[in-house]
Amino acid sequence: MEPFQYQFVVRGILAAVLAGALCGLLGVFITLRGMSYIGHGLSHAVFGGYAAAPLLGLPILLGAGAWGLGSALLINAVARSRRIGADAAIGVVTTASFALGVALLTRFGTKGPSFDALLFGSINGVANDDLWLLLGALVFAAGTFTVLYRAFLFSTFDPEVANVSGVSVRRMDALLMLVLSVSILATLQIIGVTLVAATLVIPAVVVRMLTDSFSRMLWTSTALGATTGAIGMYASYHLQIPSGTTIVLVNALVFVLVLLATGPRGLRRAAGMDDHADVPAVTRVSSVR
Amino acid sequence: MTATPLVSLSNVTFGYGGAPVLRDVDHVVAANAFTGIVGPSGSGKTSLLRLLLGTEKPQHGTVTRASGLAVSYVPQLETVNWNFPVTVGECVLMARRTRRLLPWATQEEKAEVADVLERLGIAELRSRHIRELSGGQQQRMFIARALLRRPQLLLMDEPTSGVDVATRHEVLHLLDELNQGGLAILLTTHDLNGMAAHLPHLVALNTRVIASGSPQGVIVPDVLERTFGARMEVLQHLGMPVVVDIGSVGQLGVAG
Repeated sequence: MEPFQYQFVVRGILAAVLAGALCGLLGVFITLRGMSYIGHGLSHAVFGGYAAAPLLGLPILLGAGAWGLGSALLINAVARSRRIGADAAIGVVTTASFALGVALLTRFGTKGPSFDALLFGSINGVANDDLWLLLGALVFAAGTFTVLYRAFLFSTFDPEVANVSGVSVRRMDALLMLVLSVSILATLQIIGVTLVAATLVIPAVVVRMLTDSFSRMLWTSTALGATTGAIGMYASYHLQIPSGTTIVLVNALVFVLVLLATGPRGLRRAAGMDDHADVPAVTRVSSVR
Repeated sequence: MTATPLVSLSNVTFGYGGAPVLRDVDHVVAANAFTGIVGPSGSGKTSLLRLLLGTEKPQHGTVTRASGLAVSYVPQLETVNWNFPVTVGECVLMARRTRRLLPWATQEEKAEVADVLERLGIAELRSRHIRELSGGQQQRMFIARALLRRPQLLLMDEPTSGVDVATRHEVLHLLDELNQGGLAILLTTHDLNGMAAHLPHLVALNTRVIASGSPQGVIVPDVLERTFGARMEVLQHLGMPVVVDIGSVGQLGVAG
């Protein structure tokens, strides 16, 4: 228990628990809606905002958050215009934003975490403010999904019928984008932009192999994300490897173990998680003809 | 069709930016309607449902709804992810109308779900995963979800698509019972023979309304050719029209 003597390790593990829980919770909606690629893309887009905000004289959180949300809405608008496909829209918008972030950070540097830490996560330099931000994002996400549980469940399962049953699917999609942008921003330093998508996807896929219940998926995925976050961060300290990398590797190991334990039954459950969502959720309702 | 209209379409033209998929459509959904919209793929059937639902607006013409009209919609079974992690009870509960902030259902809501599942004969399936249902049970579950909203009008997209003959009869008999109980029903279908046997009113649609009336008036060779673009033979069996694919008369193949 030697590492727990150090404040930065305790803060790092706490941050990893909160980040893992947040991604685990959010991941249930992301995977069931077929939005894994959006999660991957948005994390890259937020990176651009993170680099650009200080140069524009904006607070990093506000600037990067607005940038991420703006990117999400831009993807939505481009995809809805149907001139190019949603996946192409995500590719163009988010990689361009990521490239801009790389260019700006290389040219002007950063006052916050290092370039590597932003890409792959780091146990170092987690401040109390970062913990509060993570806790705030987790409370925001959990509160949103609790209060709007039925609306999110309905619009994820059957958006067309939800839309005619008093649920504004468009509003739910936008709100999910907001929660996703805030969450990615809050977890950026712990997990890193290149690895956030894995922590969004793997816990949800693992628990899908274990249960057929949506509500059980929500809390078990949250718990699994928190646990793998803690173990990954602890391993990061011992192995001297970026924390995002170890967190993702622990998640991947759990995935393999559960896959072996559940066999074809688990695989069958997970294989069809987003069967109805052949296009991303942002375009589903508007594109059904 | 003399009861008060629930929805009226008057001279409606609608499209998705290109050529109209519906042109100059007039149609009235009466309070006791039990109507089948028949037509080939791309004839505008689903667009017509969306106009009735109010999720699409006409480019020309008007759609008039009765004040406070409650409409429920049952989608095609093929559009749903049957691997989604919900049970039958949870699926039906999605349609509950209360604005409670807490995620779990009240005892009253649970009782309401149990009641509607009982009414549709699938009460024992409440805790089953939706993947474990047969085609007929899936349709009953969606109808239960629709009924939970206590609609006056039920719109269904291809309810007999992809189900076997026994299930088709089961579903249409159930809809007949609901209609007898006062629920107006409008459904789309390719299934001419099933509709002829069960529905009192049909609309043949191919961008325009080709014909509207009883099965005997709509299922006639001339209307079918104008609607489907192919010649079909219509035989009479126990007083009901039966459509035979003219190319397969020799092999006794029945269209449907």
